[in-house]
Amino acid sequence: MLSLKRDKKEEEEGGGNPFYNLEKSAVLQEARTLNDTPIDPRKCGHILTKLLYIINQGENIGQNEATKAFFAMTKLFQSNDPILRRLVYLGIKEMSKIAQDVIIVTSCLMKDMKGKEEFRGPAIRALCSVTDSTMLQSIQRYMDEAIMDKGPAVASAALVSALHLGKGSHEVVKRWVDAANAVATSENPMVEFHALCLLYHVLKNDKIALFKLVSKSRKFRSPYSYCLQIRIAAKLIEREDAGSNSELFDFIESCLRHKSEMVIYEAAQAIVQLKNTTAKDLAPAVSVLQLFCSSPKPTLRFAAVRTLNKVAIKHPAAVTACNLDLENLITDVNRSIATLAITTLLKTGNESSVDRLMKQISSFMSEISDEFKIVVVQGIRSLCSKFPRKHNVLMTFLAQMLRDEGGFDYKKEIVECIISTIEENPEAKEAGLAHLCEFIEDCEHTVLATKILHLLGREGPRTPTPSKYIRFIYNRVILENAAVRAAAVSAIAKFGAHCEDLMESCIVLLERCQLDSDDEVRDRATFYVNVLKQNQKPLSSAYILNGLQVSVVGLERALHQYTLEPTETEFDMKSVPLATQPLAEQKVRDVPGESASVKPSQDKVAASRQDVYQEQLAQVPELANLGTLFKSSRPLEVTESETEYYIQCVKHTFSNYIVFQFDCTNTLNDQLLENVTVDMEPAEGFEVSKSIPCVNLPYNKPGSTYTLVRLPSEPTQVTGTFACTLKFLVKDCDPQTGEPDDEGYDDEYVLEDVEVTVADHVQRVMKPNFAASWEEVGPENELEDTYSLSTMNTLEEAIKNIIQYIGLQPCERSDKVPEGKSSHTLYLAGVFRGGHDALVRAKLALDSSGVTMQLTVRSTDPNVSEVLATAVA
Amino acid sequence: MGLSLSSLFNKLFGKKNIRILMVGLDAAGKTTILYKLKLGEIVTTIPTIGFNVESVEYKNISFTVWDVGGQDKIRPLWRHYFQNTQGLIFVVDSNDRERVAEAKDELSKMLQEDDLREALLLVFANKQDLPNAMSCADITDALGLQNMRNKKWYIQGATATAGTGLYEGLDWLSNELGK
Repeated sequence: MLSLKRDKKEEEEGGGNPFYNLEKSAVLQEARTLNDTPIDPRKCGHILTKLLYIINQGENIGQNEATKAFFAMTKLFQSNDPILRRLVYLGIKEMSKIAQDVIIVTSCLMKDMKGKEEFRGPAIRALCSVTDSTMLQSIQRYMDEAIMDKGPAVASAALVSALHLGKGSHEVVKRWVDAANAVATSENPMVEFHALCLLYHVLKNDKIALFKLVSKSRKFRSPYSYCLQIRIAAKLIEREDAGSNSELFDFIESCLRHKSEMVIYEAAQAIVQLKNTTAKDLAPAVSVLQLFCSSPKPTLRFAAVRTLNKVAIKHPAAVTACNLDLENLITDVNRSIATLAITTLLKTGNESSVDRLMKQISSFMSEISDEFKIVVVQGIRSLCSKFPRKHNVLMTFLAQMLRDEGGFDYKKEIVECIISTIEENPEAKEAGLAHLCEFIEDCEHTVLATKILHLLGREGPRTPTPSKYIRFIYNRVILENAAVRAAAVSAIAKFGAHCEDLMESCIVLLERCQLDSDDEVRDRATFYVNVLKQNQKPLSSAYILNGLQVSVVGLERALHQYTLEPTETEFDMKSVPLATQPLAEQKVRDVPGESASVKPSQDKVAASRQDVYQEQLAQVPELANLGTLFKSSRPLEVTESETEYYIQCVKHTFSNYIVFQFDCTNTLNDQLLENVTVDMEPAEGFEVSKSIPCVNLPYNKPGSTYTLVRLPSEPTQVTGTFACTLKFLVKDCDPQTGEPDDEGYDDEYVLEDVEVTVADHVQRVMKPNFAASWEEVGPENELEDTYSLSTMNTLEEAIKNIIQYIGLQPCERSDKVPEGKSSHTLYLAGVFRGGHDALVRAKLALDSSGVTMQLTVRSTDPNVSEVLATAVA
Repeated sequence: MGLSLSSLFNKLFGKKNIRILMVGLDAAGKTTILYKLKLGEIVTTIPTIGFNVESVEYKNISFTVWDVGGQDKIRPLWRHYFQNTQGLIFVVDSNDRERVAEAKDELSKMLQEDDLREALLLVFANKQDLPNAMSCADITDALGLQNMRNKKWYIQGATATAGTGLYEGLDWLSNELGK
């Protein structure tokens, strides 16, 4: 029993690897004995192997130590033992990047590359790894000879090494173009392929030459050459937007009938990845992949199903033809193939096959690794959004998976899948919440538990029977760690704030939490109890239901500033920049199929784009005391991207000013621009008060110039159009050295107009509970008007435009119109410049003449209401 | 086991191993000397970037000769090859009067190294066949060999292309090391 235990332990530690647990310092110490004479090839070989092993394990060896070991290794050139010599070559290649003075082996390697046949290829490879650009000249001739050598191993080695040398610069690899051309017709397939690679590398920017390289109707010997040719052709098609009518496409298609499977696969893969393909273009490629699905070779089956899986994202219909073959693959002995088959089917399957598929999946879920389980979950996620009616089956399945064993990433994926389903499909909400409640009863991941508790706090109170969730949440308070307890307390408070009949009970529960051992939990409980006891709707709404709306980074900075300058005045929350709504969130929803690749980035509190701008502007002394940056627009191009000067404009809104930041790039290499400013023709009421020039703007180095504009004193006048002209002093300069002439001349360049819209004056803020906020602001400054939007034909289009004009945040997912409805209400929320809350309710109705809209605006400031109400008009 | 036996065998009957480091300014003729000794013929050489190493058999002694390049940028790397050196061959181009002072500097710098304290110094005054070549006595003066105390040294005029003088140098080395 004891020995069994020990065996197991050893297995876990070493797994029979003799090099397990090698100490870096010990190996480097041992490497010193390579200096000893006479040389013992076996012992030295062993030491070198250890050295190579630790390098490959990613050990970081310092330059000095590496150089010492390298020079010790060079002593081994006195031995002619072939095995040892080859190890030395490997050692040189590995250490050439970390040691100094590696050129010391140049002479030896040059001798070897002309010496014994077996050393020649490896010597060339090692030589190129120690050669830098200054040494190229001296080895050029030898490389030429080696490329044209009649030994294929030597020629291939030289070609590949030349490619590696050329990685840094195009100029370098151009040297060998003639030699490569000479051997591109070699008898040896490998040499032919490597020569083609090198030629491609040289010619890759020369479109016409590439065309020639591909359309040459010649027979290659190597299937690799065909594969490369297919890739080049596909790239050319993409670059030219040639589509399926071109000669190149015909070439790729003809490769589908090649005798080598590799070439056939490459061609099919190329076709399905092209952008502008029709179902007809895809058909032959898909049918080839379909054939591969029943191949006896697992690699081919895997490749085929993986490619089909990708096709299914973009063209599910094209893959439907393969459904039968894919269903056969579900029982494949290779689990990776089976999983891919399933997930492909999930994408292509129709509503009726969902049940059958889910049954099949559950039979093998326990046999696959977490990674593939995640793929399956992602497949289910897209199914959920595609077939909302099937949520029952899918939810049950997801719940089952939650109960099974699995790592954090897998569980997180499931939870996110359930959450997104709940958010998209109101019918699935109750079932989903119930599953999640069950999950947190036994959840070891704090992050997931807090996330779910937050969700329960948000969604739970609005279900028909909120009370049933409270038990689950309160259990957390009793059983879990402090972070989860704190989240649970917040969730309970939200129930109390939202549901009047539950408030009493919630207060009781929260009062119990005030005795908690953790500070944070106690603090939260005390705070919430006190707020709830006030029994005022607006208060609860502001401090419990709606969270913190300011940017965390900004708040930190503002508080720090406040503590630095002792003043009598209170800290003004309105001076803190608002958190910008992460745009990634919307993207995720738009493309459910690809949601997996776009991970929502709001997981951590990173400095947002706006915080970065704030820092940047603070660096400019003239702009430092404008107050807090309220909003920065997205960069707007005011020139075409391919003109002499490429300029983007970013509008920064402050409480009384707008700063126009022009990011300029000079794309002319024979000009140096100095004293660059943008002259703005102000719209009525606006006043240009300062412009800060960009002192000089050399070729291809971006620089910024700023124009400071004072906003009109009339508060309702907020929009305007500015004509812009770039003014600067040109100095001609030498394109090579960048050395400018002494004399310059003034010049100007007309830019596109820049517009200031209502959207520049508002910041989006998400109100999780719109109704409460609506009441909180009150009808004091309410404005209402009815518009007829005759140019809009659908509700979606109208909503998109309204959001764009007003620039507020859609709340409660009201930007999504349920299918088949002819009327809809859109809720928008945000903050107007100066810190005034702004809420908009737009009731939309679709009829034959277009969209009719009743717009109601509420705000804490009458002027704001007026501005917003007129924004759409 | 096999190893210890063979080294014993070498001690009794076999060859003695001597480690030689051959340095000098660039274009002094080091690589030509090496291959003349190794192959007995003149090979076309290019400036050595790095080093060449060959074992030369002479009088039942195996000389492992390290010929390290003499270009400016390689000279600082000589030191990596000092360790365990029994004989230091310093090759001088007798015809290059202008750079003999530079050669002296390099030599004296090198001889201060601890690793070379025990090493014998053999100077090859190469290219004696050229009409304007300095004599061995001139070079001895120019390198300041006379002033070297505690150092066994020997100067040998040589013409690598013809092979004259080379073996005489090796003879001195093997005699001194055999003592």
